[in-house]
Amino acid sequence: MIPISWYLLLSAFLFACGVTGFLTKRNIITLFMSIELMLNGVNLSFIAFATRLGTLDGHIFVFFVMVVAAAEAAVGLAIIISVYRTRETLNVDRVNLLKL
Amino acid sequence: MKLFFWQPWLIPVLPLAGALINGLLGKRFPKSLVAFIALFFTGASFLFACVHAYTLVAAGRDYGVVILEKSYGTWIRAGSFSVDFGVYLDHLSLVMMLVVTGVGFLIHVYSVAYMEHEGGYYRFFAYLNIFMFFMLTLVLANNYLLMFVGWEGVGLASYLLIGFFFLKDSAANAGKKAFITNRVGDFGFLIALFLLIQHFGTLRYATVFDIVSHFSAETTAGVLTAIGLLMLVGACGKSAQIPLFVWLPDAMEGPTPVSALIHAATMVTAGVYMVCRSNAIFSRAPMALLAVAIIGTLTSFFAATIGITQTDIKRVLAYSTVSQLGYMFMAAGVAAYSASVFHLMTHAFFKALLFLGAGSVIHGIGGEQDMRKMGGLRKYMPWTFWTMLIATLAISGIPPFAGFFSKDEILWQAFSSPHGSKIFWVFGVITAFMTSFYMFRLIFLTFTGEYRGPQPDAHAAHGGHDDHHGAPHESPWLMLAPLVLLGVLSVIGGWVGIGNRFENFLAPVIQKVGAVQEAAPDAEQIAAQIAVQNGEAAPAPINEGEGGPGENKNLETLLMGVSVLVAFSGLGLAWFLYVKRPELPSKIAESILGIYTLVLNKYWIDELYSAAIIGPLVWFSRVVLWQTIDQKVIDGSVNESAVAARDVSQIIRQQQSGLVRSYAGWIAAGAAAVVAYMVWMGTR
Amino acid sequence: MHQFLFLLFGAICAGGAINLLIQRKTINSALSLIVVMGSLALIYLLLGAEFVAVIQVIIYAGAIMVLYIFVIMLLNAGEEEHSKGSNVAKIFGIPGLFAGGIIGIWVLLQHRPADRLIAIGALYGPADKVGMMLFTKYLLAFEVTSILVLIAIMGAVVLARRSNS
Repeated sequence: MIPISWYLLLSAFLFACGVTGFLTKRNIITLFMSIELMLNGVNLSFIAFATRLGTLDGHIFVFFVMVVAAAEAAVGLAIIISVYRTRETLNVDRVNLLKL
Repeated sequence: MKLFFWQPWLIPVLPLAGALINGLLGKRFPKSLVAFIALFFTGASFLFACVHAYTLVAAGRDYGVVILEKSYGTWIRAGSFSVDFGVYLDHLSLVMMLVVTGVGFLIHVYSVAYMEHEGGYYRFFAYLNIFMFFMLTLVLANNYLLMFVGWEGVGLASYLLIGFFFLKDSAANAGKKAFITNRVGDFGFLIALFLLIQHFGTLRYATVFDIVSHFSAETTAGVLTAIGLLMLVGACGKSAQIPLFVWLPDAMEGPTPVSALIHAATMVTAGVYMVCRSNAIFSRAPMALLAVAIIGTLTSFFAATIGITQTDIKRVLAYSTVSQLGYMFMAAGVAAYSASVFHLMTHAFFKALLFLGAGSVIHGIGGEQDMRKMGGLRKYMPWTFWTMLIATLAISGIPPFAGFFSKDEILWQAFSSPHGSKIFWVFGVITAFMTSFYMFRLIFLTFTGEYRGPQPDAHAAHGGHDDHHGAPHESPWLMLAPLVLLGVLSVIGGWVGIGNRFENFLAPVIQKVGAVQEAAPDAEQIAAQIAVQNGEAAPAPINEGEGGPGENKNLETLLMGVSVLVAFSGLGLAWFLYVKRPELPSKIAESILGIYTLVLNKYWIDELYSAAIIGPLVWFSRVVLWQTIDQKVIDGSVNESAVAARDVSQIIRQQQSGLVRSYAGWIAAGAAAVVAYMVWMGTR
Repeated sequence: MHQFLFLLFGAICAGGAINLLIQRKTINSALSLIVVMGSLALIYLLLGAEFVAVIQVIIYAGAIMVLYIFVIMLLNAGEEEHSKGSNVAKIFGIPGLFAGGIIGIWVLLQHRPADRLIAIGALYGPADKVGMMLFTKYLLAFEVTSILVLIAIMGAVVLARRSNS
C-alpha cells in the first residue's frame, strides 16, 4: 500500500525537472523534450487520481494528452526544421529576429 | 374699441425693409435709386408714426385709454417665463418715436447730398436704415428683452457707422472703442434684467410696473436699488456718462450725419429713455436715483470744461452732447422725468442742427475741421450761419428758443424737487454758463472775423470732396432744407412746454410713489390716470411737497432770471474773448498752462483707462491666458500625455526581446502565479 | 513488495529526468527521456492502467521519441553550447532545490490517515472499458481530437516543405 502522495511527489518532481530544462536549456530540441517531460509528469498525476477516485476518466484524459502531445511534437519538429533551414542554428538565443 | 389706424409693426419694419433692399441689392443701383429707397422707407415710417400718434391721442380722447399694447406672438417661452414680440405705445414712446423718425428722416435727406462723393453710398444708407429699425424697436418694445435687442442693435449700427471709413485706422479703432465700451455698460443692464426675471418673473413693462407699484420706497439697498444701479451702468455706457463716456468724442470719426443722428439725437438718448421708462423702479430706489443725479451732474460739468478748450469743431459738439446728456440724467435723477424727456426732445432738434451745420461748414471748406483754420465764413455760407446761430441760442438757453424752456425746467426741478438739492442747481448753472461760452466761442471762431484757412487761389487742402473749388461755398439746398426745418423746430419746439403742458402729456407714464397702495387691479389704476388725462381743472404737478404755489412761482421766476443772465454772460464773455480781443485767449491759456493742458488733453482719461484697465487686461490675456494656460497647461497636458504614453510603451516594449527563453520564463512565472492563486482559493 | 517496485521504478524515472538535464549531447537527453517514459509505463502498470501503459510505450516512447531522434540525427544536433551559468539560477535555484527537497522529504514521511492507500492493481483499467467511455462520454472530444491530428499532419507537411525559391 502506497500513499498517493508518493505518486504525486514523483509527478511534481518530473514536472519540476521539465520546467527547469525548459528554462535553462539552449538547444531547441532539448527544450521540446523538457516539455514532453512535463506532460509525462502530469499524466502520472492523472492516473494516480483516477485510481484514487475509482473512475476511468483520468485514463481518458491521459489518452487525450498523449494525442495532443503527438500532434504538438509533429508540428513543433517541423517548425524546428524550418528554423534550422533559415537560421542554420539550433541555439534558441540566436533565433531573435523579433528583437527590437 | 375702434382705433383710427393700428398697425404699429410698420413703424420699425419699414426701415428694415429699406435696409435689406439697399444692403443686399444696392451695390448695383445708381445713387439716386439708393437714396430714393432709403428716403421712401424712412419717410413712410415717419408718416405712420404720425398716424399712430394720432391714433393714440384719439383713443385717449374717445375712450380714455393712454396705453396701446399689441403682441405679435411669443418669442421665448421657458416654463413660466415668456417674452413676446410686442409693441407698447404710450405717451413717452410716442414722443421718442416721433423724434426718432422725424429727425431721422431729415438727416436722411441731408445725407443724400452730404455723402454724394463718398464711396459705399448704398452701405451707408443700409446702415442708417438698420439703425432706424433698431432704435424704433428699442422705443416701441413692450418688454425689456426686446428693448435690449434694440439696445444692442443700435450699438451695432453705431459701430458700423463710426467705422464707416474702415480703411482708416483711427475710424476702425473708434468703432471698436464705441462697441466695447457699450458692451461694458450692457453687462450691467443684463444683470439688471436677470434680477428682474428672478424677482418678478417677467420682463413685460406692464406687469413689472404693476408689481412694483405695490412696493414702497426703499430706504435700504434692496432689489430695486440694485436693479436701478445696474440699469444706470447700462445707461452710462449707451448715453456716454462718467465713466463710460470715452467713446463719444472718438466717435466723431464717422461721417457727420452719423454724428448728428446717432450721437446727438437718438442713440445716446436711449439711456435716458430707459431710465424714464423705468421710473416706477427708480422712484422707489432713492439711492439709485441719487446716483443718477450725481453722475449726470458731474458728467455735464466735467464735459463742459473739456469742451471749452477743444479746437475740432465736431469734438466741441461731442463734449457738448455728453454735457447735455448729463443734464438729462440730472433731471431724471431728481425724479423730473418729464423735464428730462422734454430736454431730450429739444436737444434732438438743436444738436442735430448743430451737427448738420458743422457738416455743412466742413463740406463747404473742403474737409477742414479745425476751428483755428476757419473764420469769417458768415459771408460765404449765410444759411448755415443763421441756422447754427439759432441752434446755439437754443442750446445756451436763451428765450424764447427751445433750449431755454427745457433747460430752465431742469434747473428748477433740480432746485426744488424733493429729490433735488441746491448743489445740483449750482453745478447746473455753472455748466450752463460754460455751455453758452463754448458754443458761442464755436460760432465766433467759425463764422466771424477773417477766414484763416488756406487762400482760395492756391492749391487748397484736399478734404475728400473733389468739387472743392478753393473758396468756401454754401452747401446745396438738399443739405440746407433740413437745417432750416430743424431751425424752425429749435425755435418753436420748446413752446409745447409752456404752462406744464408737456408735463401733463407725460403724466400717465409716471407712477406716483406714495404710501403703499392697496392691491389695486389694473383697471382702477388706469382709470385714475385717465381722470388725470381727461383734464381736470389744474392737474397737480408731479413734484410733491411744495409750499404754497404763489411763493414758488416767484422763486421759479427768480431762478429763471438767473439762468438767462448766466446764458447771456456766457455769450458776452465769448464775444469779448473771440471777437473783441482775439489775442486774449492764448494769453490766458499760457498763464494757466498746467490746468489748460490738463483740460485740453481731456484730463488724460483715455491714457488712464489704457494704463489701468486695458494694459493689465492685455497683459493678463497674453501672459496668463495665452502663454501659461493655453500653451503650458492645455497644450502641455496633451503633449505630456502623448510623451508619457510613449515613455511607458518604451519601457513595456523591453519585454518583447525576441528571446524565446525570456518568453518561456514569463510563461512559467505566470503559470506559477495562477497555480498559487488557485491553491490559495482552494484553502480558503 | 509494492513499495519496493514503486521505489525502484520511481528512482529510475527520477534518475532519467535528472540525466536529461545534465547531459550535454542532445542524443543522450533523448535516450534518457525514453528511459523515463519506459519506467512511467511500468508505474502505470503498477497502478492497473494497462491500456494507458501500453499506449505510453507504443505512442510516446515508440513514435514520438523516435521522431525526436530522427530530427536530432537529421539536423546533426551536436553538443549543447556551454553557457556561462546564470547568476539568477545560482541565487534562486540552489536554495530552491533545498527547499524543494525538504518539502519532498516531509511529504514522504507523512502518514496521513486520510490518504487512501492504493494497492497495486487496485483499479483495473482494461481497454474495453476505456474504449466504452471514449465513445460515449467523451465522444465529442474524441472527434475533435481526430480533427486536431489531421490539422497537425497538414501543418507539419506544409512547414517542413522546402520553400520553392
